[in-house]
Amino acid sequence: MLEVVDVSGMATFQDAGRRGFQRYGVPVSGAMDWFAYRVANRLLDNPQNSTVLEIGLGDVILRAKRDCVLAATGAGFEIQNYVWTFPLWTSFYVRAGWSVQIKKTSGGNWAYLSIAGGFEAPQILGSTSAYLRGGIGNLLKVGDILENRKPTLELAKLAARNFSAHKLMPYSQTPTLAVIAGPQGARFNNSFFESEYAVSKSFDRMGYRLAGRAVETLDKTELISEGMTMGSIQITNQGQPMVMMADAPPTGGYPKIGNLIAADLPILAQCEAGVSQLRFREAQLEEAQAKYKALVSELAQPCK
Amino acid sequence: MFKPLGDSAMLVELGAQIDPQVNRQVHALDFLLQNVNGIIETVPAYCTLTIYYDALHFSFQQIKAVTEEKLQQISEMKRESGRRLEVPVRYGDAANSDIGAVALANNISIAEVIQIHSEKEYRVYLMGFMPGFPYLGILDERLQMPRLPTPRTSIRAGSVAIAGLQTGIYPFASPGGWQIIGWTALKLFDPNSPTPFLFAPNDTVKFIPLADADA
Repeated sequence: MLEVVDVSGMATFQDAGRRGFQRYGVPVSGAMDWFAYRVANRLLDNPQNSTVLEIGLGDVILRAKRDCVLAATGAGFEIQNYVWTFPLWTSFYVRAGWSVQIKKTSGGNWAYLSIAGGFEAPQILGSTSAYLRGGIGNLLKVGDILENRKPTLELAKLAARNFSAHKLMPYSQTPTLAVIAGPQGARFNNSFFESEYAVSKSFDRMGYRLAGRAVETLDKTELISEGMTMGSIQITNQGQPMVMMADAPPTGGYPKIGNLIAADLPILAQCEAGVSQLRFREAQLEEAQAKYKALVSELAQPCK
Repeated sequence: MFKPLGDSAMLVELGAQIDPQVNRQVHALDFLLQNVNGIIETVPAYCTLTIYYDALHFSFQQIKAVTEEKLQQISEMKRESGRRLEVPVRYGDAANSDIGAVALANNISIAEVIQIHSEKEYRVYLMGFMPGFPYLGILDERLQMPRLPTPRTSIRAGSVAIAGLQTGIYPFASPGGWQIIGWTALKLFDPNSPTPFLFAPNDTVKFIPLADADA
């Protein structure tokens, strides 16, 4: 059990996402970085879809009301636990009364904090994920008490674990991200794949607008609204690419040049506004699915 | 017709226009794909269906084959017509009502706007934009209006609005660019209710004009 002492960023509960309600206009939500989310739970032997705290844009300070074990993953943060500083991708023991600070540094946007057993949070439409625009869930605030479920193992056995993320997920601020051509891919020339983009300041859980050369559209026929997913790259009428993220509406009316592959979504999620320089390459579906399967099977291995 | 939407979704295109016949096909396919193992969820839109599948279960070729097989069954299927719902509306009753502008632009009276908008039954072609928002069509051409040049920053929950040949209702306060002609007290989305959504795709909707005294 933890108490929230201070919050300067935006922190929400997230889980594996809300499925089955997109037909009613409800986004999937869930973690912005699915890989870091999965590892945060795996480090503590939590059930795969357990609730974690997603922390973005600033710091959070928590105080343990009882002994617990926490794990933190993601990019762009470090952990101060009592008197020690920990890197992400580790689990650590926290004694009752100690304070833990999840502190924003650089090189990423989102951290995932899990607790042995998983956080206890109300389920709405089958998920604990906050979707603030839709009035589902809340921002973490000072004074909140975060309860947890019962851990699967005794605490000492869950602490001091770590995970080598970078072998599997090459987080970078200068990535080349793989894209599968989208339903309207043929409407655009190759300029998108030949240019460099930055994540603009206009980014949130719904989507990342990219700054850079306007994408040239060859066919400007208005599109009838159709489905889109996390990772869909919409091109606005002004030629601005907009990558849809976890809180993206299920349908949209801008043409899609392509979709980021699932294996590269975490890398984009962690690209910082004004810092990152992105390039895109076209990938084949078979390659993308093979990469995703390999990642998932690696995550299924037990943690030491 | 079958297009990948990334590595775990497929877009099925059944037409290229807003047409009730095409949309009925979308919903028929949607119905046939419920409870298929390996399909996570499906999202009907005007003339497309998006199928979210588990990439560990299906390759693209496999999900395409499953869908093709279901498409063959559509013609033999009894049509699922959805429910018929009535929505009481106070026309013109909104701080930001555009009903006067709609009448002026189309060279008709406000009473005619109300009559034309409420005499027709609409299909819920799809739901989207925000939880519980129904895209209803097809609006009579005499009411056709473009979106506002600059979207409003806040539209009141329950606002009945039009854009192009569509009409819809804002489930909760939000920014929006559609032209507002009325307001309903019905709650379209309540995440804590056992029935969170008033509408479902494929339902039929009829607007009932209320006199001010009724509300």
